[in-house]
Amino acid sequence: MGMNPALNPIVSPITPAPPGSEGAVARHPNYLNVKHTVRSWLLTTDHKRIGILYLFSITLFFFIGGGAATLIRLNLLTPSGLIVDGADYNKLFTIHGVVMVWFFLIPSIPATMGNFVIPLMIGAKDLAFPKINLLSWYLFVFSGIFAFIMITLGGADTGWTFYTPYSTAFSNNYVTLTVCAVFINGFSSILTGLNFIVTVHKMRCPGMTWFRMPLFLWSLYATSVVMVLATPILAITLLLVGIEHIFGVGIFDPKLGGDPILFQHMFWFYSHPAVYIMVLPGMGVVSELVTCFSRKRIFGYEFIAFSSVAIALVGFLVWAHHMFVAGISVYSASVFSLLSFIVAIPSSVKVFDWTATMYKGSVKLDTPMLCALGFIGLFTLGGLTGVMLATLGMDVHMHDTYFVIAHFHYIMVGGTVMAYFGGLHYWWPKATGRMYSEVWGRVTVCIIFLGFNLTFFPQFILGYLGMPRRYHSYPPEFQVYNVLSTAGASILAVGYLLPFAYLPWSLRWGKPAGNNPWRATGLEWQTASPPPEHNFEVTPVVTEEAYAYHLRKAQNGASIAVTSAGVAPVTVVIGPTPEN
Amino acid sequence: MTSSLDTSFRLFPEQASTMARQVDHLFYYLLGVLIFFTLAIMIAVIYLAVRYRRRDDNEFPAEDVQNFKLGIIWTISPFFFMLVMFFWGASLYGQMMRPPENTIVINVVGKQWMWKIQHPEGVREINELHVPIGQPIKLMLASQDVIHSFFIPAFRIKHDVVPGSFAMEWFIASKPGTYHLFCSQYCGTEHAEMIGHVVAMEPGDYAAWLSGVPKDTPPAAAGAQLFVSWGCNACHGERAPTMAGLYMTKVPLDNGSSVIADDDYLRESIIEPSAKVVAGYPAIMPSYRGQLSEEQLMALVAFIKSQGASAAPSGVRTTPSTRPVNGQSPDYLPNFPPARQPVPAPSP
Repeated sequence: MGMNPALNPIVSPITPAPPGSEGAVARHPNYLNVKHTVRSWLLTTDHKRIGILYLFSITLFFFIGGGAATLIRLNLLTPSGLIVDGADYNKLFTIHGVVMVWFFLIPSIPATMGNFVIPLMIGAKDLAFPKINLLSWYLFVFSGIFAFIMITLGGADTGWTFYTPYSTAFSNNYVTLTVCAVFINGFSSILTGLNFIVTVHKMRCPGMTWFRMPLFLWSLYATSVVMVLATPILAITLLLVGIEHIFGVGIFDPKLGGDPILFQHMFWFYSHPAVYIMVLPGMGVVSELVTCFSRKRIFGYEFIAFSSVAIALVGFLVWAHHMFVAGISVYSASVFSLLSFIVAIPSSVKVFDWTATMYKGSVKLDTPMLCALGFIGLFTLGGLTGVMLATLGMDVHMHDTYFVIAHFHYIMVGGTVMAYFGGLHYWWPKATGRMYSEVWGRVTVCIIFLGFNLTFFPQFILGYLGMPRRYHSYPPEFQVYNVLSTAGASILAVGYLLPFAYLPWSLRWGKPAGNNPWRATGLEWQTASPPPEHNFEVTPVVTEEAYAYHLRKAQNGASIAVTSAGVAPVTVVIGPTPEN
Repeated sequence: MTSSLDTSFRLFPEQASTMARQVDHLFYYLLGVLIFFTLAIMIAVIYLAVRYRRRDDNEFPAEDVQNFKLGIIWTISPFFFMLVMFFWGASLYGQMMRPPENTIVINVVGKQWMWKIQHPEGVREINELHVPIGQPIKLMLASQDVIHSFFIPAFRIKHDVVPGSFAMEWFIASKPGTYHLFCSQYCGTEHAEMIGHVVAMEPGDYAAWLSGVPKDTPPAAAGAQLFVSWGCNACHGERAPTMAGLYMTKVPLDNGSSVIADDDYLRESIIEPSAKVVAGYPAIMPSYRGQLSEEQLMALVAFIKSQGASAAPSGVRTTPSTRPVNGQSPDYLPNFPPARQPVPAPSP
């Protein structure tokens, strides 16, 4: 089979671009330059373009949610509340929660990086259902419009948890609109999950067995299962909230014969697994980053793969740990406490294995690796404080205080957002064909790490001192910690704004990346950067396990590439499919 | 107020109840485990990142380090730390959820956005709770609108107050002082204003305080009045079960099961009488849903409780029925005599 040298991914995967070849990256036909019209973007079924569409959409929402967070932190500078009153403050934290959970964190890594790299990693041309993939994005946008209208009209004040009977019988602002936004958003999530599951099952290239898959795929697969199984529960719960709110049918309101605790069971039956929807993909990214930047096969591949599955399964059985002081029985509380400890074990296994991967490796602290190491540290602290909260007698005091706020921000922001930035920088050269500024990248990660800890560490102390969450004003002795937290938030904000300068800058002035700037294993690095429209010119064949960095030595170090003729290498065959 | 609120800077909250000390001991253990693992991971990460830093861009280590045994060890070993946490935490939780016998019961009703408190002697307070130290206090909690949560950080206790049911928390204050009282479950616009103080006093000071403040009708007496004014006494004792000696006894139900006549059962039997029908009595009692306030419900429970221990009930006197009802012998009737174990009623 004839090979177009410009597209043959194995000819020059790691050969640096020759001097003076700036601009050459964009010359080969790729998914970015094949078509230029707006229509070609809005009607695209290319998973890579849809990933980019998601990137823009969720970035917008990240800034809406971040804006609300900024106002929250500003308000808490003084004990009496600096800028807003209770009513407005309640809307701010509701907007912050709803937007960050459903419009940023849940789609963040799966819908952007998952969309972009899943087919590349398994050697496929696209996801299993490209049109459904586009539909997912449109549902997301549609739900986003609802959210946007809700915010501009004046917002809702239920908190992202919509606890009844407050949300159904007492809150008289835009609850229905908010519930609709989240309801529609759920379908986007379900379709994405479904698409990923079928893709991983049916679209793997020859030789790509389950246990040769990169761990990012295992984590996304586990995430997708949770998305598909848990999100419908949320849809039903919110539908019932809407029915009670609009028509006054008694479901959750005790005045109408309903049960408020039933709502909490239903809500957390979705929302606790949703926590794993948010963090599992981040763990997958970290597995990719730690191996790549240690040039070592991951320590305990099977342990990490199965721990993702275990988290997804056991994650369904711990929901009532959000309800230890809500009036559940001592026996059921004990069962949920024990199960919550058990779900922590697969997470700890991952942390140990990532750390051990660096042993006898070749560690380079590039931006993505700094993010991964930041993730390991912050996630460890977030996870261990989660274990504290799973401890029954302890949770009674800590429940609904800033300790809980700090705990889940360590997981969601310190963990997921850190992994998101790591993945963004890692796959940026692949997606754009250009290198970002490594210096600015590293500076940014350090700023984010410091700002994050200054923002959220004081909140652990605040929480143990007893400051309840969702307070727009507070007793004066809590001010010191709140000022520290707000100061940290301003540093964090700078950290989050910096990539908006240097990443777009790289699109024009960044060094051409070449196919494989990190010399990583993995099929996505064996094709051009940016990848061609259908990813691979010919279907790749995989003959080795993931992360086989130790085999690179035998191939004279850097040479992943084999002969220019495209003869099957020991590692990755990119050539004619042997059979079918 | 005996002393003003301590607003000094601190790292750990004040310990002002017997439970606070115990919770803090558990906290120190958890903190120790946290610091140990966080430091271990951080040191390992930094050490490995420095020790195995890339020295040459063409460097590809040839060794694939795998160790299945180590993987198994660190999968299983954290569980032992966690078992300690689990049992320790669960035993504390069990204590928190089960009050001792000799408690003083103080009624607390939460509403947007205040706490209405009534002592058994009838004294009422709003957003302020005076308690003697060294004495087990049980708070009986109810909400008349949305979910609130009664949180006293210095005592390390809180419990959600869910409308439609009673909740309970208890404590023994151990140190005189004034402490924060917060609503910790988001309840609407003025959630952050639903705060107050708990004033823990020496028993002598408390007695002095109690005698110096105006008193309303005590809950039990108010309940006795309600029992008559709502006509409860027209049936209960004759066509319906008596209240005498009922509280916390085992009541046989018409479906063959039985239930302990605790606060929640009594409340449910007023709001939703058909939910649990006492064996041997027709299900004719109407529902009082929406007709009685939370305070009235609490008063009725306090009244029924006051009829509990005494063999010759005071207050509203009723004559226990001796007539067979629905063809059953009086032996099946609940609480008559109270000491006797009821024979299981035939299932319908």
